[in-house]
Amino acid sequence: MEDKQPIISIRNVSKRFGQVAAVDNVSLNIMPGEFFVLLGPSGCGKTTLLRMIAGFEIPTEGQILIDGQDMAKVPPNKRPVNMVFQSYAVFPHMSVADNVGYGLKIAGVGKAERESRVAEALELVKLDGFGTRKPNQLSGGQRQRVALARSLVMRPKVLLLDEPLSALDAKLRAQMQFELADLQDHVGITFITVTHDQDEALSMAGRIAVMNKGDIAQLATPSDLYEFPANRFVADFVGSVNLFEGRLTLDEPDRAAVDCPGLGKVYLNHGVTGPHGADVWVAIRPEKIYLHVPGAGKAIRGAAEDAPEGHNFARGQIKGMSYLGDITLYDIRLETGAMLRVSRPNLSRRDQEDFTWDDRVSMHWRADSAVVLLN
Amino acid sequence: MESWKNHKALFAAIATAPLTWLILFFLLPLGIVWLYSFGTNQGLTQIDISGTFANYARALEPLYLGILWKSVLVAGATTIICLVVGFPVALAIVFASDKWKPWLLLGIMLPFWTNLLIRTYALMAVLRTEGYANQTIGWLHDKFGWLMTLVGLPPPGAYEPMHLLYNNFAVIFGLVYVHLPFMVLPLYAALDKLDKSLIEASLDLGAGHLRTLLMIVAPLAAPGIISGIIITFVPALGAYLTPDLLGGPDSQMIANVIERQFKRANDWPFGAALSFILMYATFIAIAFQAMKARQAEARQ
Amino acid sequence: MIGLPKRTPIAPLEYTRRLWMRGWVGLVLFFLYAPLITLIAFSFNDSRRNIVWRGFTFKYYEKALNNDSLMEALVNSITIAALATAVSVVLGALAAVMLWRFRFPMKAAAEGAMALPIVVPEICMGVAMLVFFAKIGFPTDLPWPLNLGAITIAHITFCFPFVTMVVRSRLASFNREEEEAAKDLGANEWQAFRDVLLPHMKPGLVAGALLAFTLSLDDFVITFFTSGPNTVTFPVKVYSMVRFSVTPEVNAASAMVIALTVILTTITLKMQSRMGTIAQGH
Repeated sequence: MEDKQPIISIRNVSKRFGQVAAVDNVSLNIMPGEFFVLLGPSGCGKTTLLRMIAGFEIPTEGQILIDGQDMAKVPPNKRPVNMVFQSYAVFPHMSVADNVGYGLKIAGVGKAERESRVAEALELVKLDGFGTRKPNQLSGGQRQRVALARSLVMRPKVLLLDEPLSALDAKLRAQMQFELADLQDHVGITFITVTHDQDEALSMAGRIAVMNKGDIAQLATPSDLYEFPANRFVADFVGSVNLFEGRLTLDEPDRAAVDCPGLGKVYLNHGVTGPHGADVWVAIRPEKIYLHVPGAGKAIRGAAEDAPEGHNFARGQIKGMSYLGDITLYDIRLETGAMLRVSRPNLSRRDQEDFTWDDRVSMHWRADSAVVLLN
Repeated sequence: MESWKNHKALFAAIATAPLTWLILFFLLPLGIVWLYSFGTNQGLTQIDISGTFANYARALEPLYLGILWKSVLVAGATTIICLVVGFPVALAIVFASDKWKPWLLLGIMLPFWTNLLIRTYALMAVLRTEGYANQTIGWLHDKFGWLMTLVGLPPPGAYEPMHLLYNNFAVIFGLVYVHLPFMVLPLYAALDKLDKSLIEASLDLGAGHLRTLLMIVAPLAAPGIISGIIITFVPALGAYLTPDLLGGPDSQMIANVIERQFKRANDWPFGAALSFILMYATFIAIAFQAMKARQAEARQ
Repeated sequence: MIGLPKRTPIAPLEYTRRLWMRGWVGLVLFFLYAPLITLIAFSFNDSRRNIVWRGFTFKYYEKALNNDSLMEALVNSITIAALATAVSVVLGALAAVMLWRFRFPMKAAAEGAMALPIVVPEICMGVAMLVFFAKIGFPTDLPWPLNLGAITIAHITFCFPFVTMVVRSRLASFNREEEEAAKDLGANEWQAFRDVLLPHMKPGLVAGALLAFTLSLDDFVITFFTSGPNTVTFPVKVYSMVRFSVTPEVNAASAMVIALTVILTTITLKMQSRMGTIAQGH
């Protein structure tokens, strides 16, 4: 990230509606050219934060700087940012070209330049030739492209996108994820996107801020967020996870162990740096657990070689199963009575037939698979 | 939606009463008036439907044409004032907090539920020569008249009460007073339906509030604005009570002339013709609104 | 405002929090209410000419209540309004169901005719009623309350299309599958109507009833053309009194009607909001 000046600097910003704090003392720097995603469940304050950057909500406390300038007294129509709205907000009474040219017209850009820039913007979002259409003649995806072009044509310093893909169907959403990332790469403008969809966030973002109850729960790159969640909220919200409460019984620089009443002893090949004997949580992703028939574990033992005998090993019975095509999910009742979810890739066409309801199974996982969370 | 043919008995049970009532007590009476408009008076109570157009021809005489034109002007002025006064009010209700919104709506609706005659009467009490308006202004005049000397003007003499009642001003004032809720409610409905992010998008793209109002809000709320205009204009055009009670001798509107034909002059055929001219004017206004609404719908 | 937390700044779309907007709304509300409030206030004023405040009194209420012709007019008005409301709700609901449920020949014409009483200028309708009852020779010397028949018929005619309009917009939000579910579970046409459709229509019926009642109570012009010397309603009576002079007695009677209006509106809003919450519940 070098030592560039942040394009957006959010300093101790809070927004209260009455007694409720929608955003609670958030500080955040976003760098030029970043694809930044605000991810969180509904009501976590992500949209409020975005709308404060755009100028539609005014912070109760704190400061927002865009390109080093304090935005406190600057109304939305004077800010160097543009927004793509969740509903797209394409003006229904204007043609596509008039929609895209609206901001330029307001800014007093001459007709000739306006037309060429509109055409350029439409080409950028692959809508060339749609200029004379009315919004009611467009599909949802096309309307979104109009909203995108309408904002991009203004050449903003930052483009804000509020749940840009939520109104699209699954196939189109996946396609637009790639296109948005591509587009951002191409135009080089800073993108800030708000979403509740973790797939969307992980696939597009350079950095993700996960928000919870008005606060930033973790700020990290997509892979760090998934593999090294900082707390239970992030572990649970991003992807699915098995969480077990336990006590830290061993904590040395190169190894650690957690005693979980629900899961048994969990061994890790790295230190945790938590207080000895502390109450902690162990998080294991379903895809990081190996499943095999009891006694046949030796064939794949290699995967768990680094786990001492009796550690990172569990037995149970399959109580639930859902076949999802690419993977199969198993819900397994452990001997302790706790439930564990395991996913298994269907590498060959008959893999899903290996296990079925009520089968007794053994499981194990590698010493670097589990994550220990302190809160 | 199902065809009546598949449920004939049910349809008959549901439809007979309202349709019969409508035909017997509404369309039939209107039909009689329509026939009378082509009739001539034969004695005191006898009317002969002779198929003459004389009544309509008489309505085109300068005297009546002038009153008709004046009615249109008064109703038009009322409508414009209501629009100008009511638009910010509608906007304020739309963007009011959830706590205030129902109270503001109630505040606009309550006079609308209050008896028209009582409201007109209340206005008379305010506007009379010795009414509250003149009293208040007179009091201010007496109290603060000396302020004039401060700017070098002679102190004003005794207060001359203004004649606020029994003139065209009073009629328009009264019509605005009565019809303002008619304008505010459709405007409110139209503005409330508007996607607020369209306004935000316009601001976001650099437009100020006034330009957003003119380029985004007004065109999109056009059907509501037009229906507000029609809903105000139509009853104002046919107003009887307001010009009758608040107006002077030269404030007669078309409805007053119609009333005179039936109640005093006893020239029913002419009154019938005037009634139908007023109805046709109303229908033209409504047809215009329907046309605009359809255009707007096609665009959405 | 010492000691209070700092006011939150006004966000761009919070138009209602802007000062000029508030001033404007305040002025408009003043314009709407000042005449009514002075009217009520001066009904308690102990002065014949009712200009200057001369002390508090109830005597004009006593006078109004003891004014037989005024009270008779008020009773007539309320009787007519009650009768007109009852019939209008039935006719209006039937018409609404008919237009909502069926396709039939000349439906557009029927719809247009149904909307006509709403849009036709009052004076034209009053004239039509006058001519109609004169033409059919409607008897004018019937005993009370039958002598109110002509006015009541006229009121039903202009009230029930309003009920139709309100109920129809309520029906638009009805989910036909609920009715189909009732039939699937064994209900016949009538039972499905009674148990499913009617409860859904209820808020519309209540709103329509209040609208009809108010419109009937409010009407002057149409009544003016259908009433005879023995069938005076409250607005017609006030009209004749106002023509002579402005008296505190009229103020007092008006204040009572305003109070009645406010009470009725409050009851309806209460009922509607309660039914609204129930309706949202499922």
